[in-house]
Amino acid sequence: MLIRRPDDLPVREITDESLFWDRRAFLAALGGAAAALALPGSAAALARRAREDDKLTPYESIISYNNYYEFGTDKSDPQANAGALRTSPWTVAVEGEVKRPASYALDDLLKGLTPVERVYRHRCVEGWSMVVPWMGVPLRDLLGRLEPTSRARFVEFTTLHDPKQMPGQRYDLLPWPYVEALRMDEALHPLTLLVTGVYGKPVPNQNGAPMRLVVPWKYGFKGGKSIVRLRFTEQMPRTTWNIVLPDEYGFYANVNPTVDHPRWSQAKERRLGELFKRPTLMFNGYGEQVASLYAGMDLRSNF
Amino acid sequence: MAAFLGAAFPLAWLVRGIVTSDLGPEPVDTIQHWTGLPALSFLWLSLAVSPMRRVWGLNGLVRLRRPLGLAAYGYAVLHLLSYLVFDQELSATEIVKDVAEHPWVLVGFSAFLLLTPLALTSTQGWIRRLGGRRWQQLHRLVYPAAILASLHFLWLVKRDVTLPVAYLVVLGLLLGSRLFLLRCRGAAPRASTARS
Repeated sequence: MLIRRPDDLPVREITDESLFWDRRAFLAALGGAAAALALPGSAAALARRAREDDKLTPYESIISYNNYYEFGTDKSDPQANAGALRTSPWTVAVEGEVKRPASYALDDLLKGLTPVERVYRHRCVEGWSMVVPWMGVPLRDLLGRLEPTSRARFVEFTTLHDPKQMPGQRYDLLPWPYVEALRMDEALHPLTLLVTGVYGKPVPNQNGAPMRLVVPWKYGFKGGKSIVRLRFTEQMPRTTWNIVLPDEYGFYANVNPTVDHPRWSQAKERRLGELFKRPTLMFNGYGEQVASLYAGMDLRSNF
Repeated sequence: MAAFLGAAFPLAWLVRGIVTSDLGPEPVDTIQHWTGLPALSFLWLSLAVSPMRRVWGLNGLVRLRRPLGLAAYGYAVLHLLSYLVFDQELSATEIVKDVAEHPWVLVGFSAFLLLTPLALTSTQGWIRRLGGRRWQQLHRLVYPAAILASLHFLWLVKRDVTLPVAYLVVLGLLLGSRLFLLRCRGAAPRASTARS
């Protein structure tokens, strides 16, 4: 339920929605009880208690606090402007070093793959974080079905490019469409998720509907939203933020409190809803599961 | 006094929000907004007292001017504290970095510095110590303080400048009315204005 220790991997099968909402009520009651107990306590005690657990970020915050520049650059813009996005029908093109390049309707792409529910920490490069109960399909399951060739060393994810539906794309803020990519071993890692739902409901437009990538040990911008193309490549693809600001945003973008962003420290983060910052965890707390992927790599130059 | 109780409303709302963790996704921003805005508002209200007295003869309002001013300063203190404690976690290096990147912080801090002697000398005792004329001269610092505070607000808002502009416009009216009344004043100046 709650992530008690940073390295716990809370893998669960999908739950019946009513059970899911019961658990939410239970968690909310826990939070309320904890707050009531804290009334006579000092502010420091409040701050300490807040750091000890990873409470689920409320649904309202998750759907109203988004960086999705295709819909505007304010945190509130995506919720305000993403209504225009048509998420059905949705086609995903599978291209490049793969056995059978093809275009799939989203339902066909994911048909037969077992969805899972995962509660992940989400850490933005800007220095804020959330805890999100995602629903989706492990990317490795899809990749197994798609059969990339032996030359495929990277997977590239492309977001929709349609300025008619995405007003932010009318401005040259980023070189649209948004592109992200993973090394093949990162893509095949059990934690990597192709997300289609959150809090037991279909993922809202502003969160990247109908399908987005979630890689919990990396900064959030690695998780491309509203994916329309999966491309398998031999060469490392150039990813959007790395193209725009190569000194600030790297390919790997692993959460790393010891490697600062050029303009701010990454040692701490502000969990949404909390007053005090908390220390950022190496690999966002998933080090036990992913550190081996980077053994021997200099994580400062490969940021 | 009733004025002090009224002034406490925003603070009570904030405290309740902090205790129940119900200040939204960005509680620090919320706290800063709801300490900064009351600071400005009470300051503007205190600046409205003199024009309203002269125009409508509401002499009783003078009693409100000190509580209004002190309420403004109280919220300014909370505003500054919330910045130092929650935003910068009392780290000198962080503050220096932040000021370099966000120059409006210095503007706000200057406004606070200008208001501090006013808060400290708000009592009858100080009016006596300084003498009415010098006390009045000192308290004219409220004008640059108010202007700096408005600029601080205007500068820090990223997109929607409606509120900061509104506060600037009202300040313009408050200061403009004083100038206008100064010109119109033919009668002898009233006795020392700090009566309460």
